Amino acid sequence: MAEEVVLLDFWPSPFGMRSRIALAEKGIKYEHKEEDLRNKSALLLQMNPVHKKIPVLIHNGKPVCESLIQVQYIDEVWHDKAPLLPSDPYQKATARFWADYVDKKIYEVGGRVWKTKGEKQATAKKELIETLKLLEKELGDKPYFGGESLGYVDVAFIPFYSWFYALEKCGNFSIEAECPKLIAWAKRCMQKESVAKSLPDQQKVYDFILEMKKHFGIE
Amino acid sequence: MAVVELFGTWFSPYAYRVIWALKLKGISYEYIEEDIRNKSPLLLQYNPIHKKVPVLVHDGKPICKSTVILQYIDEIWPQNPLLPADPYDRAVALFWIKFADDKVYLMSKLYQADGEEQRAAVKEWLEMLEVMEEHALIGGKKFFGGDEINMVDIAFSFVAHWLGVLEDVVGLEIFEPHKFPRVSSWIQNFKSIPLIKENLPDADKMSAFSKHGREMMLASKSN
Repeated sequence: MAEEVVLLDFWPSPFGMRSRIALAEKGIKYEHKEEDLRNKSALLLQMNPVHKKIPVLIHNGKPVCESLIQVQYIDEVWHDKAPLLPSDPYQKATARFWADYVDKKIYEVGGRVWKTKGEKQATAKKELIETLKLLEKELGDKPYFGGESLGYVDVAFIPFYSWFYALEKCGNFSIEAECPKLIAWAKRCMQKESVAKSLPDQQKVYDFILEMKKHFGIE
Repeated sequence: MAVVELFGTWFSPYAYRVIWALKLKGISYEYIEEDIRNKSPLLLQYNPIHKKVPVLVHDGKPICKSTVILQYIDEIWPQNPLLPADPYDRAVALFWIKFADDKVYLMSKLYQADGEEQRAAVKEWLEMLEVMEEHALIGGKKFFGGDEINMVDIAFSFVAHWLGVLEDVVGLEIFEPHKFPRVSSWIQNFKSIPLIKENLPDADKMSAFSKHGREMMLASKSN
């Protein structure tokens, strides 16, 4: 039976990007369905009734929800190419810890950088830099978080790079000035076709953020 | 032989997740009680990022975050598996574990709330219980893991024991068994398992401890 893989997605979503990268790394052909989040499809509501969110990976008609769970699932099912999680249980635990850290911190803190101003924004910027510096420290001298090749933490984290330009413009600061090694890592990831194909243009993301700010009445 | 140490606190639902997993696998471990108001240098060294319990130290190597610890335990000691073998079933189990994990904050949200905030917290609790009832516990299974408990049951354990204590502390009945028959059955089944029954923090002790803490916190809030 032919494998049928569908990804319900939304182009600026860093979570959707994770699954796009994982699928590309494994060379999996899939149908990409763009959702209008103001008018969610019946398919999305049926496949993710609990959260009604993207991304949703549908493999032979069965849905997998939550982006990191999708990446792990893709890694297990298509295990003969480009392994993303290490095989050693302790290294796996370390990778899961840091992917969870990215999950809990970057989106929320980054969100506060573009959604707020004044004192609140200053605090958010400071927190974001602290978070990025911690990740930079974890990266150390390795080319990727996964070591010599792109791994689980790289896939979890690199999508947020496509939002950096927008955050820098909104917050009037430079992430590269504070975290040069991290930006070097990001550019290294972008050299990979699977990543470059999966991340949207940074200017496009900035235009999207400006639209969102107008929509929510944030100046 | 490798040494296994677990840093926890006596009332933490997260620490108990790890205790049950280790006991289910028959793994001996040394338990170290932490005072969260006065954390040990060792804990801060093993978990510098979050500075929280539980931390599992296996052969001198620390693992932090209860869900990460549970998966590690399941991989290192494969007897009595806590996750399904099939990748799809495993992805579904991990979805529910994440769902449960993302809701544990409702414990402290309700604990700290009064007035309007309390009404909002109760509403969120009911929404969570409805999802459990309508989506998670379908299929007439005894446990999330089928005939035996697995990591999903362990992840939802805060509903089975800690919610009751919380209701007592805030003086509200949130969980009405007749409104959530599947969840109610699951709670009874879960708490009947000898390993669980014999390894739960004392409800009265937790209640007294939490009531006192809550009085002080609400008093300082209104000052």
